Amino acid sequence: MIARDRMSKLASNLVLLAIGILFVLPLLWVLFASINRTAGLRVELPTHPTLQNFKAVLNTDTTYRPVFNGIVLCGGAALLTMVCAVLAAYPLSRFRTRFNRPFLLTVLFCTGLPITAVMVPVYGLFVQLNLVDTLGGTIMFMATAALPFAIWLTKTFMDGVPISLEEAAWVDGAGNMRALWAIVLPLMWPGIAVVLIFTFIGMWGNFFVPFMLLLSPERLPASVSIFTFFGQYGEPNYGQLAAYSLIYTTPVLLLYLLLSRKLGGAFALGGAIKG
Amino acid sequence: MTTTVAPTAAAAPTTGKRPRGAKLVRMLPLSPAIGLMLVFLAGPILYCVYAAFTNMALTGPGAANVKFVGLDNFRKAFGSGAFTNAIWLTLVFTLISAIIGQNTLGLGLALLMRKSTKVVRNFVGTAVIGAWVLPEVVAAYLLSAFFNDNGTLNVILHAVGLPGQDWLYGAPIIAVSLANIWRGTAFSMLVYSAALSEIPKEIEESAEMDGAGGWRRLAFVTVPMITRAIMTNLMLITLQTLSVFGLIYAMTRGGPGTKSQTLPLYMYEQAFSFSQIGYGTAIALVMLAIGAVFSLIYLRGLNSEAA
Repeated sequence: MIARDRMSKLASNLVLLAIGILFVLPLLWVLFASINRTAGLRVELPTHPTLQNFKAVLNTDTTYRPVFNGIVLCGGAALLTMVCAVLAAYPLSRFRTRFNRPFLLTVLFCTGLPITAVMVPVYGLFVQLNLVDTLGGTIMFMATAALPFAIWLTKTFMDGVPISLEEAAWVDGAGNMRALWAIVLPLMWPGIAVVLIFTFIGMWGNFFVPFMLLLSPERLPASVSIFTFFGQYGEPNYGQLAAYSLIYTTPVLLLYLLLSRKLGGAFALGGAIKG
Repeated sequence: MTTTVAPTAAAAPTTGKRPRGAKLVRMLPLSPAIGLMLVFLAGPILYCVYAAFTNMALTGPGAANVKFVGLDNFRKAFGSGAFTNAIWLTLVFTLISAIIGQNTLGLGLALLMRKSTKVVRNFVGTAVIGAWVLPEVVAAYLLSAFFNDNGTLNVILHAVGLPGQDWLYGAPIIAVSLANIWRGTAFSMLVYSAALSEIPKEIEESAEMDGAGGWRRLAFVTVPMITRAIMTNLMLITLQTLSVFGLIYAMTRGGPGTKSQTLPLYMYEQAFSFSQIGYGTAIALVMLAIGAVFSLIYLRGLNSEAA
């Protein structure tokens, strides 16, 4: 029996390792190519590692401005999402009316809608409202697209804060918004952080929305400007592309690490998905 | 869930301690969210319904005076080889990469991780989640390099004596499907890890005591206990995969020819490269309908679960 257990453990480890290596291989390419001056498409250890590729891409046009744009765009949109989601979650979590259930089901329904499909009419709407190529318009749309899921998650976290604490505040004459600000929010900051970081990570990687709604090169975020590595002159410089990809990926990697170390990302997400 | 909610719901009105105020005032904090969703989500969807029945275009006769054309756009779509090709490819892509690939691999990883040593578990978890956290376009470039004629995959295949090929030209829909599995499996893995961690150990142990082997335990004990997680996960990844655009666009642009042109790419081409807004929105409407059908099935499942 014990021998069989050990065998099955060994087998699990081996299968997992094999899958893990398959997942790592494409990642290795970006690591090695970024320090290889003559990087090609296959994974190879550079013979003369160099930071030349990083030096080449670390300038305003290629890296600083797109990353800054990304932070403004995704940071702004994530904050707007969060404010709206917290405000919306409060009445949904605290007051039971006939309106709650249909509204929550609509929100859940919206999380399922393929946002890609809405992009054509959204583009039309932006043309009508003169919002094409504006950061404000793009921020508002990105926030809206993230809202249904954020409301759902935030409400789930808020349900975990006992209502009895607020009842005490209400007795003392505090209004709803004051109770939300002074009592509920401080108790659910891990939940807020989870929603905010997930929202930001999702937006940081989003390509289609800024690709459609922004036009001027000086407004493009990093997720779109990466296309400039593919000029009309044939082969791109793979080493520089890899170096840029690493720089562009770093913020979300750090945020994800923060999330999983401090807050147990897997369980927070899993718990929320259960509805 | 219902047991924790019921006492507060029942107690709240009787205590009478909550601030008084009209119901509408209490619901006021919802208004920013509702406003945004009305303008940027409901509005475009309604507009979609309207434009799909017109000949709206960015250039040509449809640009000057927009006319109702009834079901012409839909007739044109379902009569066109490119559209049916896109539907077909979307179904293949969704089936291979989400329903079979991400779902099965995610469940498999979650199950194996319970039996593995910590070092291996951490290594694999980090690798899989790393692929998931990467921005869409970066992932697309990594995988383009991986599947290229001179790429890593062929190096491995040659090393073990198998013939390679230029995957992005020879089998593009397979390449983008594998790419989507690589990128998306982490989500299913996280959902299933969380679900599995909530199964009481005793249940599986007692099944083992009764002599149920590994596969039988999996099929008759473990899987039935996480049905809800499976349904939720399947639905979410199906809908995500249905609207994948950036990954395919950056890897193949839908090509060569139309060999990896799924519905979102076909819609983009028709609406923006060919300026056929009316026709493009008709395709978008078909996509929304597919998404809505999936969402409704999901909501039905959730509702029957709650009842």
